[in-house]
Amino acid sequence: MTGSVEAVLGQPAVPTTGVWAEVVGQRSVLAELYAAAVAAAGAVSGGGTGGGAMTHAWLLTGPPGSGQTTVARVFAAALQCVVPGPVPGCGACQGCRTALAGTHADLRIVAPDGLSISVAEMRALVQTAARRPTAGRWQVVLVEDADRLTEGAANALLKAVEEPAERTVFLLCAPSDHPDDVPVTIRSRCRPLALGTPRPAEIARALRDHDGVDPELADWAASVCGGHVERARRLAADEAARQRRAAVLAIPTALHRSADVFRCADELVKAAETDAVEANEIRNEEEKEALRTAMGAGGTGKGTAAATRGANAAVRELEKRQKSRTTRTQRDSLDQALIDLTAFYRDVLVLSAGAAVPLNHPDREADSRSAAARWTPESTLRRLESVLECRDALAANVKPRIAVEAMLMVLWRG
Amino acid sequence: MPPQPAPPAPLQLILGDEELLVERATRETLRQLRVAEPMAELTRLRATELTPPHLAELVSPSLFAEARVVVLEAAQEAGAEICEAVAAYCRAPAEGVVLVVVHSGGGRSKLAKQLPATLRSAGAEVTECPKVTKASDREAFVRNEVRVAGGRIDAAGVHALIEAVGSDLRELASAAAQLVSDHDGPLDEATVRRYHRGRAEVTGFAVAERAVVGDVPGALEALRWALSLGVPHVLVADALADAVRSVALVRGAGGGDPFRLAGQLGMPPWKVKKVRNQIRGWEDDSLVRAMRVVATLNGEVKGQAADASYALERAVLEVARAQRAGQRAR
Ligand SMILES: [Zn+2]
Repeated sequence: MTGSVEAVLGQPAVPTTGVWAEVVGQRSVLAELYAAAVAAAGAVSGGGTGGGAMTHAWLLTGPPGSGQTTVARVFAAALQCVVPGPVPGCGACQGCRTALAGTHADLRIVAPDGLSISVAEMRALVQTAARRPTAGRWQVVLVEDADRLTEGAANALLKAVEEPAERTVFLLCAPSDHPDDVPVTIRSRCRPLALGTPRPAEIARALRDHDGVDPELADWAASVCGGHVERARRLAADEAARQRRAAVLAIPTALHRSADVFRCADELVKAAETDAVEANEIRNEEEKEALRTAMGAGGTGKGTAAATRGANAAVRELEKRQKSRTTRTQRDSLDQALIDLTAFYRDVLVLSAGAAVPLNHPDREADSRSAAARWTPESTLRRLESVLECRDALAANVKPRIAVEAMLMVLWRG
Repeated sequence: MPPQPAPPAPLQLILGDEELLVERATRETLRQLRVAEPMAELTRLRATELTPPHLAELVSPSLFAEARVVVLEAAQEAGAEICEAVAAYCRAPAEGVVLVVVHSGGGRSKLAKQLPATLRSAGAEVTECPKVTKASDREAFVRNEVRVAGGRIDAAGVHALIEAVGSDLRELASAAAQLVSDHDGPLDEATVRRYHRGRAEVTGFAVAERAVVGDVPGALEALRWALSLGVPHVLVADALADAVRSVALVRGAGGGDPFRLAGQLGMPPWKVKKVRNQIRGWEDDSLVRAMRVVATLNGEVKGQAADASYALERAVLEVARAQRAGQRAR
């Protein structure tokens, strides 16, 4: 570890090229991972383990949007990089590219599409992870939402983390507001890495230099994304996302009568439903088709009836998972709207307190300023709390329309 | 029934996939044919059981010249050969033979799908029995069932019956007949609900309706009754949420023609009229409170509350009190 600390304090310890250029900000975290990658490469080529810079289990935490998953993939790519040389993670070789894309044979990504990872899936995963890496480097297991593991799945994972195979690495990601949701038994065996919120300037630079976004648009997207890199990318790239944001932020000043409440609720809920359908439609069909092919539908002969029954059960299971994924997409889409609203009411509070703090939505300053002049701080706070309550309610499975209408009633009356 | 004025058309098409209506139309067609030709020989079979030679035999001129009725059921499943044979027959129907084709409107093969068009252009008499999907059609169906059974029912009664029984036409038809035979006089909402009291939805609505008019003892009594009947908590919570938001919607929409408002608010006109009687006493701020109560309740009955019955009782009380308080203490 001493090596990496020196590196952080000294010259740029992390290359700004190759896979390392994928990450926005997070220099100190990258420095630690880079040192680990160098040590890991040494271990593969027969050297030592780099004085403990490398370890078998990592827990990456950070605020939503800070990019734990990207960081984890970049590290995975650096571990799989096959170009010999002093800097692992060239970004161009087969190992780097397939790892970044998530298709490397020695990389398992667990992304809970549904609502949780089943015990059976986790057992199978742990077994595969214990095998020798096919490409001769590392078996990497990346768990995207480690905070959503069920108790059973966590126990299955724990055994593997406790006694890892020599060349197996676990990368667990969790949002920093729920690190407690990762069982302590697992947490205590991981090396923690805490990501911070990237600064707007860092995000704008990444959009410009890495994604080729027009500088003015990049600055704007970075200034309104709340430190959420993917959100900034989306806003920079997608006109529809910009329109949606504008529509959501028009709500606070558009509520004059109770009829406005129901109209705005309807718009919010329907937009989220549309998002969910559009995001999953093609994928659902592809998955069903793949399943049908795999189950050999349409066969004839002995045993066909039993096979058909099995296939139908598998299709039902798939449909169940797809439905829960659609529900989650809808919830996530609605949550984005609520995040934007929360930030708006925070701006109003900041302005009525006269605090010199950068606004969350600098481009809506005229609205937040006039609201700050009209509303009492208490009523603004009630509004803000109702948005937060609505987020909690959606997370607890309350019907979206009921939760959103109740929130908008408060946003209207204060 | 009116007498049959003209001889029956030699080609008959019963088209659609609303099972009960198709059955009834088939029965009615056969009844009329029997009136016209009491001695007719009847053959009923599914299109998949038929071969072209068999069909040719069924429709060929008979030695004794007696009338014949051939009913071809599930014609949408017919194979290509039968489709072609039927199409050929349509061009030159035999005298004294009535061919009744029962077709869902769908079909696996292109030829089978085209059969209805072929029959239509050959001048077949068509009875359409499309699936009843629109709420207004279902309501019309119920009204008609009640009338045919010799009774009368008002709009709220129709709606209550559909709420209690569901959307299956067969069940609606038998419930309508049952209600008429068991009651004298016109059927209204109260009669229908009394009759179907065991039904979950109905008791949920009973709780909600009392709560939104501020009837605390009535609402609590209805709630205990619902819970003792084993009505799921979620259904009562949904009914309460619907009642509160209906009040907010209708009150916010102001006065005016209930039929125009109905379209605008997405609820049937009879409901607009009913909710109008419930908005008295409600204020903007008490509605804000009530809507938050039902939103919280929705989460509580889905497992957030240790005691869902207690959560319901509290929510019912809070809604009823919000109505009575009128003004929120700010
Ligand atoms: Zn590489």
